This record gives sequence, C-alpha cells and structure tokens, in this order.
Amino acid sequence: MKLSVLYFARLRDAIGRSGEHIDVPAGVATVGELRAWLAQRGAPWSDAFAQVRPIRAAVDQAMAVDATELREGAEVAFFPPVTGG
Amino acid sequence: MTVRVQSQDFDLGAELAALRGANPRVGAIATFVGLARDVNDGRDVLDITLEHYPGMTERALEAIVDQARQRWDIIDALIVHRVGTIAPGEQIVLVAVTGMHRHDAFDACRFLIDYLKTDAPFWKKERTSQGTRWVEARSSDERARAAWK
Repeated sequence: MKLSVLYFARLRDAIGRSGEHIDVPAGVATVGELRAWLAQRGAPWSDAFAQVRPIRAAVDQAMAVDATELREGAEVAFFPPVTGG
Repeated sequence: MTVRVQSQDFDLGAELAALRGANPRVGAIATFVGLARDVNDGRDVLDITLEHYPGMTERALEAIVDQARQRWDIIDALIVHRVGTIAPGEQIVLVAVTGMHRHDAFDACRFLIDYLKTDAPFWKKERTSQGTRWVEARSSDERARAAWK
C-alpha cells in the first residue's frame, strides 16, 4: 500500500525530513501498525518515535487514533500534541 | 464563517467591522485576542515561531466553528491565526463571535479558543535567552477542552 507520510514540529526535527512517500507491506493496515513499521526501520525513525512522546496522528487531514485504518494513497501525518492559540 | 491562517498581523477593528457587517441583528460581539508573551516557563522569550499543517488546519478550524454553531445561537464567527515568527507583544490569534445576545457569543468564543488549543494543528517554537525549544502542550488546555463536554 502506497502512503504519503508527513512529520511536523519536534518530530520532523528529530527525523530530519518533513515527509516521505512509502510503500508498506501487507500487515500494515492501521496508524499504530504504520508507526511501528516506520520505527523498526532503525535510525532516525526509531530514535525519533522513542524520544517524541506522546505522538498524535492524522489520516487525510483528520485526527486519528492507533486503530484508524489506512487506505491506498492516504496522507498520514505524525506530530506532537498541538500548541497553537 | 471565516477561518484564516496568515503570516501578517491583523487589524482588530477592521476584522470586527467586517464580521459585524451591516447586520442590524448583531447585539453582541465577543472577542479573544491571544498575544505573544515575553516570558514562558521561567525563561525570557525573544520570539516565537509558529508552524502549522496547511490544509488540515483550515479543516480543523472549520469543524470547530461548526460545533459551536450547533451548540449556541450565534450569528457568525471568525478565527484568524498567524504563523511564522512573532515578537513579544504581537497578536497571534483572534477569535470573534457575533450574536443577538452576549451569553451565547461569550460561551461560543471561549469554546472556540479552548478547542483550537487542543485540536488545531499549530506548533510553537520559542527562542529564549537560553536557546531554542519547542513549547510543550499544557494539561490545563486539555482540561479546559474537556470541561465543555
């Protein structure tokens, strides 16, 4: 499944890039599974996901949870809790 | 309803005049203006830089306004949020609500800023006299949002 992944704020700084286009294997079907799959690729993702906690996520620009299911071509964003206003 | 994300400052008077328009039913305008402080968590703040998630930010703000409209009897609402680098004393955010009466306008305005704080994808980084740091989310903001349930 092809996905567009975006990183924001402290998490983007820790990973060193603002996003990537990836093709995930079968078995990566939810937000939580995607985060685990990204982290198991090693540095910098493993360190970044370990250091920046908690992590929030959005799928197709709507807030998501670990159980949120992914679809082909989805835009998935990971970021720290928001601090606007 | 209008939501805007912009780098430039906003003119409070002009924004309120435009929101009110020529509608003679407007009996109340409630406003919240958030400003950049020169101190945070015990450090002097030189400036802050706000980033956001273009596209999602606007959708999130519109969704928050929709919720307020369903909950209170208001006429219109406006949210203007700045991004980029902002110096202490400058305006960051404007939330304004018009209604026939003050109670609905006040409550909707407070609801909008409380929800914006936890649901809209903005992040602040501050430059202080002791270096640059990302601003941590506050649990008090989560409690303020939860109080509206």
